[in-house]
Amino acid sequence: MSAIEKLRNIDRRFIFIAIALAVIVPLLFPIGLPVTVSPSVQKLYDAIEELPPGSKVLMSFDYGTSTMPEVYPMNLAVAQHCFSRDLKVVGTVLWPEGVSLGQNALEIAAEKYGKVYGTDYVNLGYKVGGMVVIQAIGRDIREIFPEDFRGTPIEELPIMEGVRNFDRFRLVVTFSAGDPGVREWVMIAQARYHKKVGAGCTAVSAPAFYPYLDTGQLVGLLGGMKGAAEYEKLLQSQGPATAGMDAQSVAHAVIICFILFGNLVMLITKRKTERRSL
Amino acid sequence: MRRQVPLIITFIAGTIMIIAYFIPREPFGGLRQRFSVWFLIIAAFALILGIGNLIKIHGKRISRQSAGWGYSVVLLVGLAAMSVLGIGWGIERSTPFHYLFWNMQIPLSATMFALLAFFVASASYRAFRIRSFEATLLLAAAVVVMLGRVPLGNLLWPRLPAVANWIMTFPNTAGQRAIMIGIALGVVSSSLRIILGIERTYLGGGQQ
Repeated sequence: MSAIEKLRNIDRRFIFIAIALAVIVPLLFPIGLPVTVSPSVQKLYDAIEELPPGSKVLMSFDYGTSTMPEVYPMNLAVAQHCFSRDLKVVGTVLWPEGVSLGQNALEIAAEKYGKVYGTDYVNLGYKVGGMVVIQAIGRDIREIFPEDFRGTPIEELPIMEGVRNFDRFRLVVTFSAGDPGVREWVMIAQARYHKKVGAGCTAVSAPAFYPYLDTGQLVGLLGGMKGAAEYEKLLQSQGPATAGMDAQSVAHAVIICFILFGNLVMLITKRKTERRSL
Repeated sequence: MRRQVPLIITFIAGTIMIIAYFIPREPFGGLRQRFSVWFLIIAAFALILGIGNLIKIHGKRISRQSAGWGYSVVLLVGLAAMSVLGIGWGIERSTPFHYLFWNMQIPLSATMFALLAFFVASASYRAFRIRSFEATLLLAAAVVVMLGRVPLGNLLWPRLPAVANWIMTFPNTAGQRAIMIGIALGVVSSSLRIILGIERTYLGGGQQ
């Protein structure tokens, strides 16, 4: 077997080792590559900056444990931004695992800024039904969420005073890893109730939501860990996303090298075959 | 009758929901609200049904000791443990549920998802070939976006993030719009087929 043939049929374990090293080495020895802020991230940041203190933000945790490494950092960063601006956060959940993940992000952010559960933030918990749950919030939030995730009646929570539907919310932000998620919030909260909607989602699903950004149906969009790292840069804080950017950069470069190398091997093989046939 | 009744229910519910969208006044507006509440109740029951089904299938696998029955034991023990801990002690920080969720479920799920990176790298080396003009275009766009979306791209060429952003904002948005319109038309067509009883596969049991 020639060297080219060997390269064509390279044992995939070598590729796995290369990827593992590309991720592990930058995590152990950070390079500190500079992060540039994209317009879609800046827009969400500005939308939150523009809100007057005391405004209520509806935050939906629509992701699970598998996508948590990508979506949780942006959830944490946006929660911290909201509390730093003295905004009040009402959390809802359309994915069952999102209850604990969202609550954890809110608690960490709340501890940092001295916010109190029930007064400055609340987690209303998970409700099955996806888009219908969002429609129900639009009609009467108390109908679908009569109590928070701890079982406290909504009437006993100071933050929920006067909140009947979307009217009291100045902004809706969803952290989504699929359906139900960004699309449903845009379709109901934005299109029907004309609320400003911002979103954070996995990098792989972000391209699907660019049309909403273009039409203004999304005020901003954070795509994947890069989006979260950009948001952390705007907050001037080193969070989990910034720490992962070096590893992601090197992993992307390694994958591109593999693609280019694979094509180079193919071209050489093709040329050799053509020469033989002549 | 077993097939006619669900077909009649689907037709009535579907027709009322369509009419209520265009005429949100009574009686359609009220009916629409009521149907939404019914949907939530049915969805909640579907969740219980799903758990019941899971227990039934894996219970059978354990009792018959079929291939991989050990995994079924792990699944049912995990399901029971998390349910008992969650219902008994709550899910907040410093509870056993929270500990298991953050120290077992999250690392396990994240690991499974992270494996994708290894398979993507392997597949891209073997399958991402520039055999045509379209494939070359796709490869060029992929390289620009992959590099432009990470800090390394900025380091290589400061304008690369802007180029990647242009690809995402214009060609990508145009393509996504076309896909969205196509999906919407497909959904309308499928919905009409279901409401009118032409499409019956959702009833299960094959064609009768």
